[in-house]
Amino acid sequence: MSTVQIEERFGAFGGRYVPETLIPALDELTAAYRAAMADPVFTRELDDALRHYVGRPSALSSAPRFSALIGATVWLKREDLNHTGAHKINNALAQAMLAVRMGKRRIIAETGAGQHGVATATACARLGLECVVYMGEEDMRRQSLNVFRMRLLGATIVPVTSGTRTLKDATSEAIRDWVTTCPTSHYIIGSVVGPAPYPAMVREFQACVGREARAQLLERTGGLPRTVVACVGGGSNAMGIFHAFVPDAAVELIGVEAAGEGLQTDRHSASLSLGSPGVLHGALSLLLQDANGQVHPAHSVSAGLDYPGVGPEHAHLRTTGRATYVAVTDAEALEGFKLLARLEGVIPALETSHAVAWLAANRGRWSASDHILLCVSGRGDKDVAQVSEMGILAT
Amino acid sequence: MGSVSATTSSDVLADRLAALRRDGRRALVAYCTAGHPDRARSLALLRGLAANGADVIEVGVPFSDPLADGPVIQRSSQRALEGGMTLAGTLALVQEAALDVPVVLFSYLNPLIAAGTDVLERAAAAGVHGVLVTDLPLGADPERERWLGEGPLEFVRLVAPTTPAERLAAITAHGRGFVYLISRLGVTGESAELPADLPESIARVRAVTDLPICVGFGVSRPEQARAIGAHADGVVVGSAIVRAADTRVDAACALVRDLRTALDSR
Repeated sequence: MSTVQIEERFGAFGGRYVPETLIPALDELTAAYRAAMADPVFTRELDDALRHYVGRPSALSSAPRFSALIGATVWLKREDLNHTGAHKINNALAQAMLAVRMGKRRIIAETGAGQHGVATATACARLGLECVVYMGEEDMRRQSLNVFRMRLLGATIVPVTSGTRTLKDATSEAIRDWVTTCPTSHYIIGSVVGPAPYPAMVREFQACVGREARAQLLERTGGLPRTVVACVGGGSNAMGIFHAFVPDAAVELIGVEAAGEGLQTDRHSASLSLGSPGVLHGALSLLLQDANGQVHPAHSVSAGLDYPGVGPEHAHLRTTGRATYVAVTDAEALEGFKLLARLEGVIPALETSHAVAWLAANRGRWSASDHILLCVSGRGDKDVAQVSEMGILAT
Repeated sequence: MGSVSATTSSDVLADRLAALRRDGRRALVAYCTAGHPDRARSLALLRGLAANGADVIEVGVPFSDPLADGPVIQRSSQRALEGGMTLAGTLALVQEAALDVPVVLFSYLNPLIAAGTDVLERAAAAGVHGVLVTDLPLGADPERERWLGEGPLEFVRLVAPTTPAERLAAITAHGRGFVYLISRLGVTGESAELPADLPESIARVRAVTDLPICVGFGVSRPEQARAIGAHADGVVVGSAIVRAADTRVDAACALVRDLRTALDSR
């Protein structure tokens, strides 16, 4: 087993901007993670769990009717088919197994859309760990089905009523718990955000998405895609699918952020498109903030993208130009949601729908011989109640 | 980074704590959030804390996402921000208060970065003597730590109960003014009981530094201050003062008076 790469910084971004109390916990986690990844017993157990419990490798589906619309061959990397319905389980299960190895029996997590909370609650149920999930009150309302699922799985849900009552505040509250309980608790962060080693570690635990897709495409098409597209909130599904393609300079990497009600309004979540460097939740990255360094509330129809920061590696990939970041509005995302359902029989998560909508808006951009890889980060079942309230079928 | 712990004539904070130590007294460090409950009462509170026995005043710069703070200081920050308080506003408030005790700015890193590289000079000009950054542990960002360590303010560093011995020595070697010892795991807020191992925690820090040690987080009551005073050079009281000031500035001042009396009657 090769030594795993644990960057503390990605160019100027990343770092460990946390209270001193957490530094020893982050050192311990870094050492445990490095040791686990070098231990064939751990990596074999993780591979087994991903294969036989999560259902990896996930399918790579052709999308003939959607491809006809786009004017190129689109391939769907089906993370929606994973156990619990999204890519989140890849990371949650791996970190929960790491926690067991570290002797930590209590797990803390934050959740926005609820998918990471459900994935963490699932992993904890399987491994017999106590699970406490912080979730903003506003998100609990938007994602009540996932709240029920987490409770059914035995997790304790702590409603977060501070600030914007969404993912940002849930993350702060989870970190506050961890500052208090770090000797006995492990914090399973749900995205490629937070202090080192989290961004690099979560990327590695999600990198199976891109490694599989790259091999599947090579086998099915004999080549690499022209473009890889994924939605970006914190950015874990995007880093997961991008990572294997970063060295392939000819492969274009596109991250799609939430433009909310529009980039010209102040109600969006486009930290890569419009943010500036700042420190939130332990890392220096691009951030929505005002001139005084106060974090500006994000907005998106999708709870999973409703976050004012982004993983530091994305900020770095944007700065170096290796990846390109674009943004799609709430209204466009809802069209994307309907489009993939009607054309391919795949109901995507509202998060994924942003990536679908960007492809639809850019149809004709590719030549007919091009292949496009789209990360279907999760399924949209969790979103149907919210979307049906919006009257989408009436249009 | 070289050692910056040498005391110079501009080290007002270190001098004040050294003078207290010479007199066998314990320092009372009183925290308040700038702009809480509103600007006028915040100004009255700053003056009231100084007039009622605080030796050092920590002025919290309100931040939207205060990770290291419990509910009381979180709410005070929120209220201050809603009232329009900023870092520039905080400095103006300190300047207007014209206090005769040293002032330490207590901030998260992001508002400091956003304020620009001359903010430390502007703070010094406004009458601030020290700075403490809750989310900038040793080694997190050498460039910004150098900026803070070599600037006009005394850069106070925090140590935690989880900090290993060799790291304690490295942190205190880079600190000025005093060492802020976090009493327990967790965020700011009042506690019913002090941690049983607090005297050992203080001794661990004492073993690696000559800097005065002030203990904060979870210290709220006069008898707790007195108990800590038996081992440490000072106490930091925050949430209890802020909670009292939520309703009446007078109540916060009365608490500071009681803390002073308790510390002096060891």
